[in-house]
Amino acid sequence: MTSLTLVRRIRARPAIVFDAVTTAEGIAQWWGPDTGPVLLSESDPRVGGRYRLRFRMLDGTEHESSGEFLEVVPPERVVMSWRWKGGEEDPGESRVEIKLRPVPEGTELTFTHALLHDEDSCRSHEEGWTGSLDKLVALFEGKTGA
Amino acid sequence: MVNYKERLDRTFTALVDPTRRAILAQLERRDGATVSELAEPFAIKLPAVMKHLDVLDDAGLITRSKSGRTVTVRLRAQPMREAMEWLRRYERFWSGRLDKLAAYAESKEAEARRKER
Repeated sequence: MTSLTLVRRIRARPAIVFDAVTTAEGIAQWWGPDTGPVLLSESDPRVGGRYRLRFRMLDGTEHESSGEFLEVVPPERVVMSWRWKGGEEDPGESRVEIKLRPVPEGTELTFTHALLHDEDSCRSHEEGWTGSLDKLVALFEGKTGA
Repeated sequence: MVNYKERLDRTFTALVDPTRRAILAQLERRDGATVSELAEPFAIKLPAVMKHLDVLDDAGLITRSKSGRTVTVRLRAQPMREAMEWLRRYERFWSGRLDKLAAYAESKEAEARRKER
């Protein structure tokens, strides 16, 4: 299982963050890169509902991603399937999970993007992976020559 | 030919285990090691080390070459490089998105507070 986990602390209450990551109006405000517009933002945030997002980069290329909401628990947790349209570099479906936890200054957001084969292997490895990323990066930094 | 995604999966599955990461770290520090040299720092038996080496070999992270009765293990950098590239690319992508999300949510929070006053 291949996954990436990022954690952010946001000075806003969980309900506001939850709307920002699930509603079409919210997503349109932050989804695009700094250098290009969001062309399309559709979202139906309920289990089984779908979303579709498209943005354009400065170089003119357009990138569309879409998927289905798998779990929607306001204002705590949202899980969705994720797929780039026509992305040959990253074929297949992956899974995005966003967890929100109230903290004194607002919300702690834990974001996980997992490229996976099946749910089971993902669950069993999740524990082991989260937190080891930094160590791993440090470990192999020299070797990868980047 | 195993595809990109399967290769990545194998690499990451191999890396989940701390003993296997420690073995790779050892190999990184020297150019080739024998199986018994690799087993030395661990409180596990040789067969268990062999099993870990099988997983690393399947993932293409190491090569094993036999000379007489000695097996020398070496690190292969390519699968690691692919895995790191995947992580880097997505980390950059999502970091940028999450920064913008945070800025947007914080502006909505400020707006909500003004209304509440």
